[in-house]
Amino acid sequence: MRRLKEFLITSLTWLLVVLFFFPVAWMFINSFKSENDASSSVPKFIFTPDFSGFQRLMDRGMGDYLAHSFASSISSTVLVLLLAIPAAYALSIRPIKNVSDALFFFISTRFMPAAASILPLYMIFKTLGVLDNISALTLVYAAMNLPIAVWMMRSFFSEVPIEIVEAAQIDGANFRTELTRVVLPIVLPGIAAVALICFIFSWNEYFLATLLTSNNAKTTPPFLASFVDGRGLFLGVLSAASTVAALPVIIAGWVAQKQLVRGLAMGAVK
Amino acid sequence: MTNTTAVKTAKLPTSTAESKKSWLSRSLILPALIFGIVLTQIPFLVTIYFSLLNWNLLKPTEIGFAWFKNYISVFTTGDLVPSIIATVSITGSSVILSLLLGLLFAILLDRNFRGQALARTLIITPFLIMPAAASLIWKFSMFDTSVGILNWVVTSFGLPAVAWSTDLPLATVIIVLTWQFTPFMMLILLAGLQSQSKEVLEAAAVDGSGALRTFQWITLPHLRQYIEIATLLGTIMLLQVFDPVAIMTKGTGGTKTLAYLLYERAFIGLDVGQAAAYGVVTVVLTIIVATIALRTLFKVFMAGGSK
Repeated sequence: MRRLKEFLITSLTWLLVVLFFFPVAWMFINSFKSENDASSSVPKFIFTPDFSGFQRLMDRGMGDYLAHSFASSISSTVLVLLLAIPAAYALSIRPIKNVSDALFFFISTRFMPAAASILPLYMIFKTLGVLDNISALTLVYAAMNLPIAVWMMRSFFSEVPIEIVEAAQIDGANFRTELTRVVLPIVLPGIAAVALICFIFSWNEYFLATLLTSNNAKTTPPFLASFVDGRGLFLGVLSAASTVAALPVIIAGWVAQKQLVRGLAMGAVK
Repeated sequence: MTNTTAVKTAKLPTSTAESKKSWLSRSLILPALIFGIVLTQIPFLVTIYFSLLNWNLLKPTEIGFAWFKNYISVFTTGDLVPSIIATVSITGSSVILSLLLGLLFAILLDRNFRGQALARTLIITPFLIMPAAASLIWKFSMFDTSVGILNWVVTSFGLPAVAWSTDLPLATVIIVLTWQFTPFMMLILLAGLQSQSKEVLEAAAVDGSGALRTFQWITLPHLRQYIEIATLLGTIMLLQVFDPVAIMTKGTGGTKTLAYLLYERAFIGLDVGQAAAYGVVTVVLTIIVATIALRTLFKVFMAGGSK
């Protein structure tokens, strides 16, 4: 009786999991169909694989858009780390007065909608001639991710035992040795988690990308969105594009699930 | 946490060393602070200035000071209230639905069963998928009237087909957002469930407490903090949502959120002054919601940090 109950609950769980995951699976399956098979009104589960969708993506220049996405996501993540690591270090290991004020300031800027600052930034970038340029996206993405990065990293840094830092200081370690030899090795997994989350947010970002880029620096999300106005049959090629666009983040997220949870809950969940 | 470190640092000698140290700390925070101010605070001040101008990109020669004309039209043209309603109803229902579904999945995944890790991996995927891609996939392969899976299911039960995107735009946006945020809620709640003390649960079982009673009196109170965090973070992220509205409904059928309204004014209507006024109003409204949320959040975090 008890085993039957367990079995039923497990079956129910799997049924729900499969239903929930289905749209992703369907996207993946459709990306290997010919346009006619993908747009069949009775869903086709058996079909001859067709890779022409991926070929047509490359013809439409998706390679370039992926490259722009990688460039802006990676450079903004590096910039965020360079700014956030020292700040988080100071906030948690060498705290000053008004720490919570500084923290509150950082976190509040994240929750200010992009609406607050996007118009002037757009005008400035236009005047400087960096509209439709990776560097503009890099700056804006870094500004968008910096507050969360500082906040998350502070929670990782605060786990460094203060005794170790003091021991290093007494041994005469200067600030740089203290940071690079003592503290950084301990918080490295935390930094990796923060980097991953910053990368994911930049990679997936659509609103700012569609405003600040048009052709030279267009990233993957605006390219995908351009399918909305497509004519004829395009579900196959759309699925292929979505699969390629989503895959880097899906794989990274699958590999680093644990760090992801802690990072996303901003350190509140241990 | 902050208290214990303050006590520790107080032991270190001399005031010059102390001030040198605090100078170092400040200089470490400064770059991040300046970067944040230059890219978010100063532009916001400029936005306020823009909102007082009469400035349409189509009429570049007619720029002038308009005082509160833009604000008057924001409050009188009748776009603001529907937009607030759209934002609140989309955010509110998506948060509640994804929280409930997330709790269900968290409870189901908190058991030991074959393939548990795989099941968790599959469930988190909708949160990882690019939102623009998710909106497109739902629009064209799920909701579509002729090739969509949902209508295939509906009609195979002999029911009439539904024109999801045109008849139920609000529901389509909420469905996609709920689908995307359920994993986020689930991850936080699952972490909460797994942090429960096994002894307490066993003791409850030994005392003959049923599963439901144990859940109500032990698990739910323990989860409260996690539910709060999940709700607050989810609300803050969803308030700014733009992608499914822009891709699936283009703001039709009661889905014109504040973020989309501003986009429409500025980058389709090219009216900088009025768009800036909408931006300022949006920020004020968000600040009101976020301050309440943040105060609570801050309390939760500070309490969590001292454990």
